[in-house]
Amino acid sequence: MAKITFIEHDGTPHCIEVADGTSLMQGAVSHNVPGIEADCGGAMTCGTCLVSIPPEWLEKAGRRSDEEAQMLQFLGCAADNVRLSCQLIASPDLDGLCVHVPESQG
Amino acid sequence: MNLEIPETPRRIVVVGGGHGGGAVVGFLRQYGFAGTITLIGEEPVAPYHRPPLSKAWLKGDVTVDGLALKPGPFYSEQNVELRLCVRVESIDPAARCVALATGERLPYDELILATGAYPRTLPLPGAGHHNVMTLRNLADAEKLRGALGPGKRLAIIGGGYVGLECAATARALGAEVVVIEKAPRLLERVASVPISAFLQRYHERHGVGFALAANIEAIEGTDRAEAVRLADGRRFPCDALLIGVGAAPAIALAAAAGIACNDGITVDDDCRTSVPHVFALGDVAKRPHPLYQRALRLESVPSSMEQAKRVAAVITGREPAHAEVPWFWSDQYDLKLQIAGLPFDADELVVRGDPEADKFAVFHLRDGRVVTVEAISAPPEFFAGKKLIASGKVLTAAQLADLAVPLTELIA
Ligand SMILES: Cc1cc2nc3c(=O)[nH]c(=O)nc-3n(C[C@H](O)[C@H](O)[C@H](O)COP(=O)(O)OP(=O)(O)OC[C@H]3O[C@@H](n4cnc5c(N)ncnc54)[C@H](O)[C@@H]3O)c2cc1C
Ligand code: FES
Repeated sequence: MAKITFIEHDGTPHCIEVADGTSLMQGAVSHNVPGIEADCGGAMTCGTCLVSIPPEWLEKAGRRSDEEAQMLQFLGCAADNVRLSCQLIASPDLDGLCVHVPESQG
Repeated sequence: MNLEIPETPRRIVVVGGGHGGGAVVGFLRQYGFAGTITLIGEEPVAPYHRPPLSKAWLKGDVTVDGLALKPGPFYSEQNVELRLCVRVESIDPAARCVALATGERLPYDELILATGAYPRTLPLPGAGHHNVMTLRNLADAEKLRGALGPGKRLAIIGGGYVGLECAATARALGAEVVVIEKAPRLLERVASVPISAFLQRYHERHGVGFALAANIEAIEGTDRAEAVRLADGRRFPCDALLIGVGAAPAIALAAAAGIACNDGITVDDDCRTSVPHVFALGDVAKRPHPLYQRALRLESVPSSMEQAKRVAAVITGREPAHAEVPWFWSDQYDLKLQIAGLPFDADELVVRGDPEADKFAVFHLRDGRVVTVEAISAPPEFFAGKKLIASGKVLTAAQLADLAVPLTELIA
């Protein structure tokens, strides 16, 4: 289990618990966190589940796959700390992570 | 001076527990709607993702729980009353209430119709046999899955997205597949020639047979479909027959209540129908698209999501988001298709990348501006194309086709 805080673009925080092995996107959808739309339900086609994570968490979050990197290249911004939340899988390592949700997705 | 105090709705009823219905209840709560919400669906399951029914779910890669749009506890946590397994039989707009099949009447302040579409079938004798199927919901998908397996012969009528996705999945499950299509090429109404030619080759390489420009004469068999016979005498024996010839909007409920319909429920930019306090969204809604000066009925998840956000914003008095470039996706085998924009009046087609490498994009231009991008396993081209459609930047075909010109430069 990991406690994750999603911060909306206007600063509103949503602190939720995400079960190990499920994606941060699934956690956000379960708790109706605004801004994580996830049209494709995690099939990695929509790019509407973007979050940015603090640089110091990058290593723990794991590297993005080539496929994810390809998706992100022209989506939102190419910065290293932008991720598809459907590809971030909760584990005790991510406990305490705080992610930012962009103003608009896609 | 208008002294009327705008009435804050307290009771919202949503008819149709599909993608649009499931999404709009979530957005209403996100946008602060605090009144009661009742979501009524005739299917026995809570709203789920339909796209995997022809893809990952059919193949066995996803469980039913994995299909759910929101996990089980969501509705009670969000204080949404979910009524499953029950049909809404009629709407009384004057009394502002709906009648359920149980005889119960539910009052509403605002009503949202998200009744979706149902699969079209064919007016052929034999189309009613038990092994002739269509695919729209989980029950259909369960039936189809039961008919697939090594050595099973599946004939598919219709070379559209659903038919082709099922062909790919059926091949992965070891079935023999033939796709029978009336038009001279696949995806005739929805994809360009380079894309349909590429997909046909790709499917053929995976062992799918095709009969194009086919004129179906009969479904043979007395108590089950045994073969599809064409007018030219060709005959395709089958163990199961899938009809994938598109979907028709589920308008009957609305039409009976006097709500204007014309190939869908007619709505305005804000998804309002012709009757006050009744909205419609998703596959059933025909709406003037802000980016194209015409009314469109788009059958896609992104379009349902966009309309769901719009309705929730209108009801809660929130500024609606900008219009989005319409887009769609499909998965077949290991290919990822992503399509954005609608190719109205395009005057030039440009291929970027090499179809032989199973990775390329087709850009449709009008007056030098990208209006559509169709990408095969090329997400950077897709997202860059989507940006170009939104920005309207003028480009030449040569620039777009030249892989030496990076996408970053093209969108800059
Ligand atoms: C096999 C398949 C694959 C697809 N693949 C893709 C894809 O890859 N990408 C994509 O973008 N889109 C895809 N789509 C389309 C997408 O699923 C639809 O656009 C989306 O589901 C539309 O949502 P909706 O809410 O309008 O309708 P639906 O999701 O169809 O929901 C409508 C619901 O309302 C119920 N209903 C109707 N009338 C009543 C009534 N009177 N009372 C109670 N309930 C009622 C219906 O039973 C249904 O459950 C696919 C569709 C199918 C069938
Ligand atoms: S949910 Fe679609 S890409 Fe993450």
